[in-house]
Amino acid sequence: MSDDASLLEVRELVVTYPIRRGIVGTIRRRPKRFVHAVDGISLTVRKGEMLALVGESGCGKTTTAQAVLGMVEPVSGSIRFDGQEITALDSRAMRPIRRRMQLVYQDPYESLDPRFRVRKTVEEPMVIHRLGGSKRERERLMFDALRRAELSPPELFVDRYPHELSGGQRQRAAIAASLVLDPELLVADEPVSMLDVSVRAGVLSLIDGLRRHADVGVLMITHDLSTAAHFADRIAVMYLGRIVEEGPAREVVRDPQHPYTKALLSVVPKRDPRDRTTPQILKGETPNPIDVPPGCRFHPRCPVAEDRCRTTDPELRPIVGSSDHCAACVLVAAPSP
Amino acid sequence: MSPQLAVRDLHVWFDLPHGGELHAVQGVSFDLEGGDRMGLVGESGCGKTTVILALMGLLPPSASVAGSVLLDGEDILAGGEDSVRPHRWVDTAMVFQGAMNALNPVKTVGAQIVEPMELHGFASGEEAERRAGELLEMVGIDAEAAARYPHEFSGGMRQRAAIAMALACEPRILFADEPTTALDVMVQAQILELLVGLTRELGLTLFLVTHDLPVVAQVCERAAVMYAGEIVESGPLDELFHEPRHPYTRLLFAATPDLYGEEQVLSIPGVPPRLDMDIVGCPFRERCDSAFDRCVAERPVLQDVGADHRAACHLNERTVPV
Repeated sequence: MSDDASLLEVRELVVTYPIRRGIVGTIRRRPKRFVHAVDGISLTVRKGEMLALVGESGCGKTTTAQAVLGMVEPVSGSIRFDGQEITALDSRAMRPIRRRMQLVYQDPYESLDPRFRVRKTVEEPMVIHRLGGSKRERERLMFDALRRAELSPPELFVDRYPHELSGGQRQRAAIAASLVLDPELLVADEPVSMLDVSVRAGVLSLIDGLRRHADVGVLMITHDLSTAAHFADRIAVMYLGRIVEEGPAREVVRDPQHPYTKALLSVVPKRDPRDRTTPQILKGETPNPIDVPPGCRFHPRCPVAEDRCRTTDPELRPIVGSSDHCAACVLVAAPSP
Repeated sequence: MSPQLAVRDLHVWFDLPHGGELHAVQGVSFDLEGGDRMGLVGESGCGKTTVILALMGLLPPSASVAGSVLLDGEDILAGGEDSVRPHRWVDTAMVFQGAMNALNPVKTVGAQIVEPMELHGFASGEEAERRAGELLEMVGIDAEAAARYPHEFSGGMRQRAAIAMALACEPRILFADEPTTALDVMVQAQILELLVGLTRELGLTLFLVTHDLPVVAQVCERAAVMYAGEIVESGPLDELFHEPRHPYTRLLFAATPDLYGEEQVLSIPGVPPRLDMDIVGCPFRERCDSAFDRCVAERPVLQDVGADHRAACHLNERTVPV
């Protein structure tokens, strides 16, 4: 699976959170229970590639991103960045690697310090990571990052406070603060969901340009399939802590294999009012990841589940006629061995 | 025959804490016919929520309102709170943005549905409770859940409960303010299906306010596009998408990614004008890709450009299309 261009490789990642038993539960020695937020997922982001991790809230997509960035500790599995195993690194050893992977937060209204001018917001990461040598050099890098984030001319923005910026400009300032460290991997957690529709495309195009022209790998977390279809190279669909389908964005959207992906795509509202297809609405809501259903975890909501789905936990495997489009469903025909 | 609801030249101003006024709604007019599903689309700050709060008579004291709102021909804004109160929740009802905040956390869901019925003398006691159960069933929740508290509900169930609450006194018009914005796409589909079903079964008029064009495209028959406090275009959705007559409508659709769309998604440069200062000329001209000299000097007004299709753009008086 590994190749030269792979930047991030996640294998069999498991992240669980303990559930508080409360004082009564502890005294009565009720068994410890865990939320299986991420339950054995594997994914790869190559240089210059954008992988979109899509799914509904609680499916584990944000936890995956946090594990990659070392913000939560996985129970098992491996995360390799540029060939180096980073799963067990302590924060000191992680620091030089963290510089090379940066996070773009969802909400630019909260991620920027309201007391910092743009200048300080963008300069701060260099100070923390002791980069840029002299003050003049830092200034040059800061202006360069602002230009790359398309806040130009930078002179117009450096002395502004966040409240003097529009939503789109704030997100660009936050991106500039990441770019100043020259990251190789950008983890973007719902980067435009708080922004107005009219400015979303610009911020997404900016991120898209970084991977195309600067070879930055992008792991984009989103609930918006239309955005993923438009900007990502590959889409991985998550359900209850697992990736249920993964493949080239176009293929996943136009030829979905897993019943969950099919249902999810069918309910995405289309822009054209003539394009009113009957959505395949699943009953109920995603079960909580404490009591994961046995067998295929999607079977209680699956419209085509069979008896064997109640007992067999399907693995993610390539579909017929494709080497890089995988689905985790026993009903999807696999290539004969 | 007069329309069910006719909004004429509605203006809303907010007093600003440091003096001055914010002209949030700048002369909005539209009609709703019984059973209509109409959308009001626009970006944050364009005044779309303010419009429905004005129609419900729920604006804060810092707001002043002008214009008329005719419900079956009767002006319900003319007499201030006294003239709007008899209609609120009885003829017109509203589902607020973010159902989590709209429900009272210390009261059972059932009690919250009973409350408006008793307040408006619609039903009381056991009858009100029985009806609360029926309403919950109607929105897809077990009647027994009436005894539960909002925090025991998932996001989708809370939104369903909020809809049940709004329908308690059998209103004819339902204003829904971003009813699915915080929800996952599958739950959004469930709520939209419910709202469309209710308009069909109860003959309810739905006025859906949202920033999400595709949601409106799938749910509504007609829509109005708002920008900087005014409606810049309104008409049947099919025409808004396929034959837009205002550049903002066209650019807004072009900025919206579609699942199967092949063309590039483009953002609209610039920011909307400030509403605490007088707008000279067309409010969209600085972001428009087709503005010309007339747009700087003269503010365009909403004019007929087709059957039930209106737009506020000088380009429509030129021979070349938008």
